[in-house]
Amino acid sequence: MASYNLKINGKTNKVDVDPSTPLLWVLRDSLNMVGTKFGCGMAQCGACTIHLDGNAVRSCVLPVSAIGKQDVTTIEGLSEKGEHPVQKAWLEHDVAQCGYCQTGQIMTATALLKKNPNPTDAEIDAAMSGNICRCGTYLRIKEAIKSVKQ
Amino acid sequence: MENTKSQSRRSFLKSSALAGGGIMLSFSWFSEAEAAEKTTKLNLPEQGAELTAYIKITPDNVVKILCPNPEFGQNVMTSLPMIVAEELDVDWKNVVVEMGPHDNVKLGPQFTGGSNSVRMYWKPLRNAGAAARQMLIEAAAQTWGVSANEITTKAGELSHSSGKSAKYGEMASKAATVPVPKDLKLKAPKDFSIVSYSKKNTEGVKLVTGKPLFGIDYKVEGMLVAMIQHPPAFGMKLKSFDTAQVLKMPGIKDVFSFKLYDEGFEQGGFDTRTFNEMIAIVGNSTWEVMNARKKLSVKWEPTGDTKDTLAGRGGGKREVVVPGRLETTSSQMELMAEYAKKPAQQLRKDGDPETAFKNAAQIIERTYNAPFLAHNTMEPMNFFAHVTPEKAIVAGPLQAPGWIEPTLSKILNLPADKIEIQMTRMGGGFGRRAYGQYVYEVARISQRLNAPVKLIYTREDDMTYGIYRPMYTATYRAALDANKNLIGFQVRGGGIPENPVHANRFPAGAVDNYLAEGWEIPSNITIGAFRAPRSNFNAAAEQSFLDEVAEAMGKDPIELRLELLKRAKENPVGKNNDYDASRYIGVLELLKEKSGWGKPENAAKKRGVAAYFCHNSYAGHVVDMVIRDGHPYVEQVTSAVDCGVVVNPDAARNMVQGAVIDGIGNAFYGALTHKEGAAEQTNFHNYRMIRHNEAPKKIDVHFVESEVDPTGLGEPPFPPVFGAVANALFKTTGKRYYNQPFVSVPQKSS
Repeated sequence: MASYNLKINGKTNKVDVDPSTPLLWVLRDSLNMVGTKFGCGMAQCGACTIHLDGNAVRSCVLPVSAIGKQDVTTIEGLSEKGEHPVQKAWLEHDVAQCGYCQTGQIMTATALLKKNPNPTDAEIDAAMSGNICRCGTYLRIKEAIKSVKQ
Repeated sequence: MENTKSQSRRSFLKSSALAGGGIMLSFSWFSEAEAAEKTTKLNLPEQGAELTAYIKITPDNVVKILCPNPEFGQNVMTSLPMIVAEELDVDWKNVVVEMGPHDNVKLGPQFTGGSNSVRMYWKPLRNAGAAARQMLIEAAAQTWGVSANEITTKAGELSHSSGKSAKYGEMASKAATVPVPKDLKLKAPKDFSIVSYSKKNTEGVKLVTGKPLFGIDYKVEGMLVAMIQHPPAFGMKLKSFDTAQVLKMPGIKDVFSFKLYDEGFEQGGFDTRTFNEMIAIVGNSTWEVMNARKKLSVKWEPTGDTKDTLAGRGGGKREVVVPGRLETTSSQMELMAEYAKKPAQQLRKDGDPETAFKNAAQIIERTYNAPFLAHNTMEPMNFFAHVTPEKAIVAGPLQAPGWIEPTLSKILNLPADKIEIQMTRMGGGFGRRAYGQYVYEVARISQRLNAPVKLIYTREDDMTYGIYRPMYTATYRAALDANKNLIGFQVRGGGIPENPVHANRFPAGAVDNYLAEGWEIPSNITIGAFRAPRSNFNAAAEQSFLDEVAEAMGKDPIELRLELLKRAKENPVGKNNDYDASRYIGVLELLKEKSGWGKPENAAKKRGVAAYFCHNSYAGHVVDMVIRDGHPYVEQVTSAVDCGVVVNPDAARNMVQGAVIDGIGNAFYGALTHKEGAAEQTNFHNYRMIRHNEAPKKIDVHFVESEVDPTGLGEPPFPPVFGAVANALFKTTGKRYYNQPFVSVPQKSS
């Protein structure tokens, strides 16, 4: 066990966990922030995507000991009620079917749009191909991303 | 207005006043009980009980509607309440939706699957809404001293020609005292203002903000986390294990083996047994359990042949032998080829197929194969249980609580009324969550520890557990006479461990001489329903075969289908054809029109077409394919569907688009193979799923305009994708594709 002060969504959270614990399980089990999802545990599906200093990162393979002073943003940090432009675009396009992967999709899309506010289809493909949607909502995800006006 | 009659409406609805004013309306399931029984095999009461708190209207006009069926992405949390709201005639923005409790007596079958949710609840929910509306009218009539038939409603408001008006909320308490109406007036579809008009997902905001909704998010104070270690291969069982190292790990509470079913347990239809003895590792947090599990030392041994006791079809019980062999995909293929040559069970015969084939000028014979598929729901299997000697609370993602409860009751030795099943949103189902082993597992673990426990599967646990789409093969034969007329058709299908053949489906009914046969190979690899069971293979095989038959006959593939369907419509062969040829024709014609099939401007496109009937609906696709970087991709798809009335069109389009992408993904890449009994794919690094960059650029979805009661949508658009993809591959590459998965290239790593 070790103590960590994690800066998550602008607030400092103290957790006592094993240093090897992936951030995913710190968020879900220690901090009750369950918007970040478990899908594969090996950075293959993107359901657990969060931002680390603004970059989209798979939290299922990110040990808590590697975070240090970096800023963590989770889906809960985008907005309380879905007012973030990317969340609004998701609602406008009614993207979700089962919805399980969508928080990870939104986090990847948000990181993309921050760096590249007007991505081409090919750039969206490249950024989003790490996030699996088993229900097959990819077309709506793309439409939603393209509709976001930063 | 249409009048509906029902001989059994006596106790159709019950109502009661809410404590703070307003009405709580309860409606009976029983008028639809017969239909529901046919669909789900649940024992429903002859006389229905009320649906408590199904509709609530508060004095401030909030309308709360419970959703009876669990949500797994098919949009029932939106579309089912829309049906109630339509007949109730309320403003959709005042509607609040909640998931209902598990109560098959009061809420009906509550079964998510078989493309049944909207189909099964369409009439009961319309009746509920209409009855409530008529009671509100009656309350207003009494209050105002006017005749009820002079009162009209609109968007939650009652009004009378005298100028009197009131919101529903004002009349709700009085309405609760009004006798339940005997004759219900339902709206004509042309008067709908909610149904057939797109509404956003009622859980949309919760989904995009990451609120706890799914089973895996479920948590109670003091809850422990459990994982299971199942045998590494089908046909292996636990020999011995050493817990010493695991128990030393931080946060670990207990490690023990447990049995899913007791010796001789009579399994119900959804009690598939993959592994009967497993090891549970239980601790304080997920990572601690995952981490400690790596220290587990286990020895496994072959099971040999085992016996299962299954509930008999139509009463009694039967014993089956589960073979112990450790299966490998190449030997499975050899075994299937061997069985395919043996005599098989005749499933249907029309005319004289033997003579037709003997006299044929040309015989076309093709064999199609498809592998096991894992469901791979994005949310791995998980469930919560808190079992005490007095009662059990279980909660999580589950498609069919009514099928799980009886087994849970037997396993825990608790009466059903001491078992509470809560249904969370599911992170996908596709059939997998109709099978409840994970519920039994966590219940066993919780009972032993007398503590609240959440069981979580890792992706590897999930993918290697079985309950797969079966492995299938089918040989199709067509006999053509000298004038290239189709005079005979034969399908012989088999699989591990079930045969896929739907003997009464098209082209049965359209060919004079027809033969359908099936065979099965028993296996220890467990199977389960997978989005459009059997159809998902048949449509691939049959629809590719018809493409080749059309080519041999020198006919356009859509025209050949239309000719055969015309025959089936006007002068059908046989009596048990289970499709409606007119609706099938309607879908093909819509597809032809919307895709511009055969139009000069599309001449250069590499297109494949397929259409199929299953789960009471009709769907077809035209797939346009291209080669990029040396690999085939589906560029664009045009889809046509006849599922009767479409309740929530935008969500329905989403569902069809998703089915198309799911179909392309499984046709191109999906496969679960075995080596010495072990699944060779264990996670998404080697089980290839279709990804964002591999999806078509455009999928245009068109629905046949219809006033037919809804006939289901979750499954029907899925099977024909496989056939359309195979046929487009032929146009693109010049090669016919008979074996799934069609494409096998390394995927890009993320």
